[in-house]
Amino acid sequence: MRVLNFIKVAGYDILSAFNNYHLFLTLGWQDVATKYRRSRIGAFWITIGMSVSITTMGVVFGQLFEQPMAEFLPFVSIGSIFWGFFSSNIGDGCNGFIAASGIILQVRMPLFVHVMRVLWRNLIILGHNIMIVPIVFLFFSKPVSLVALLAIPGFILFVINLSWMMLVLSVVCARYRDFPPIVINAVGILFFLTPIMWNETTIPDRANFLMLNYNPFYHLISIVRAPLLGFTPTVANWVYACVMGLVGWSIALIIFGRYRNRIPYWL
Amino acid sequence: MSNTASIELDNVFINFPVFNAINMSLKNRFLTAASGGILNRQKDGFVVVSSLQNITLHIAQGERVGLVGHNGAGKTTLLRVLSGIYHPTMGEIRIKGTTTSLINISLGIDPEATGRENIRLRAVMMGQKPSESKKKVDDIIEFSGLGDFIDMPVRTYSAGMQLRLAFAVSTSIRPQILIMDEWLSTGDKEFKERAELRLKEVVRATEILVLASHSKELLLKTCNRIIWLERGEIKMDGEAEAVANAYFK
Repeated sequence: MRVLNFIKVAGYDILSAFNNYHLFLTLGWQDVATKYRRSRIGAFWITIGMSVSITTMGVVFGQLFEQPMAEFLPFVSIGSIFWGFFSSNIGDGCNGFIAASGIILQVRMPLFVHVMRVLWRNLIILGHNIMIVPIVFLFFSKPVSLVALLAIPGFILFVINLSWMMLVLSVVCARYRDFPPIVINAVGILFFLTPIMWNETTIPDRANFLMLNYNPFYHLISIVRAPLLGFTPTVANWVYACVMGLVGWSIALIIFGRYRNRIPYWL
Repeated sequence: MSNTASIELDNVFINFPVFNAINMSLKNRFLTAASGGILNRQKDGFVVVSSLQNITLHIAQGERVGLVGHNGAGKTTLLRVLSGIYHPTMGEIRIKGTTTSLINISLGIDPEATGRENIRLRAVMMGQKPSESKKKVDDIIEFSGLGDFIDMPVRTYSAGMQLRLAFAVSTSIRPQILIMDEWLSTGDKEFKERAELRLKEVVRATEILVLASHSKELLLKTCNRIIWLERGEIKMDGEAEAVANAYFK
């Protein structure tokens, strides 16, 4: 069975990437450290940038949609932070192998390391941005309920889905160099199609049913955002995210296993 | 060190797709240049470079193999195959043992990071666990002779100092299989002598050495077997002296 063989190749690569976890931890950390090394407040520029954009967008869209700020701003901040995490992972994921071509062509190491490096780098950045959330909550003295704990499994599922997308994209983009700009544009469009700046309650009659229920990214963002805002995600949210994770990873393993050994030739 | 190291290649072919050469003119359908591999166009319009053809090669423990050939003969490609980077398009390859390739020793040097951080970074990239590399840091710093500069960003180093650092880290591990593209030689006179000694020590400790070089003297000094590559094929493979005399005539 060729398919089984692909899965074996992919699985072996991914497992050895995790066995050598210090590789992606070191490289990912270095990426963030290098970027902010000569700046006085360092990586907190990330937090400042995100705060500014959340405040601006929150105020502008809140006014446009005539929303109470105490509800709308927490919604926008969580949405933007996790969407930012999602889109930069996808964007950097496209270049995962391309950016690491120097290493790939010289050292034998599991290729999945380069995907995990991107993911880890963006997790560190997320760690800086997430600090905005408690500040916003405190500012509006919005209570946090126990439901918020559901955000943890939600986030894990979110990352599981994100990582298969990154793996597929990094393979495809290494081969077809026209793909990264296409993907980056698509993510830009998805930002408007997915409820980040708007939601089903802000524009109840006009929000397109298709844009919610058939938008996988709506379900992904909901399993993290809803619990933090004090709601339980719907069953549909969970089912979509789980099924997508399973199907996505199966496809990703086959594609990665099939082309794993060709990737160095494409760089 | 578990088992003894060995490298076995059986009928290995390496074909490169070149995706940005699609528009090459049709009359170049069959291009056989004086150097480089064989270019040919596939049915689907891609140009494919056959850089290695039908390479059968067994290297056993203790062998010191030199690799000669003109530019574009496939030396670097073969080194990458032996390092486990390129997986053969056709054919079989079996590599036993830990491998280190010193093709570009400046790989992964981050100019904004300090020398000390770069040691850690480079060691991790070469497959060392952080706990192993920690033990060697002092030795590496001492060998590099960089002194207090080790805690300065690498961008403040002179080119020679950067090379010293890269060399010191690269030669700090003792792999079973060592793959080198040209003999590493670096630094001022004083450092060069120490570097020479250190590299010899690394080479002595490895079970298999593969060294690509254009220097007859070096190859005869270091190797006991030489492989001569020509346009992706093995033209001659045998005892160092005999092959060197045929190639460098």
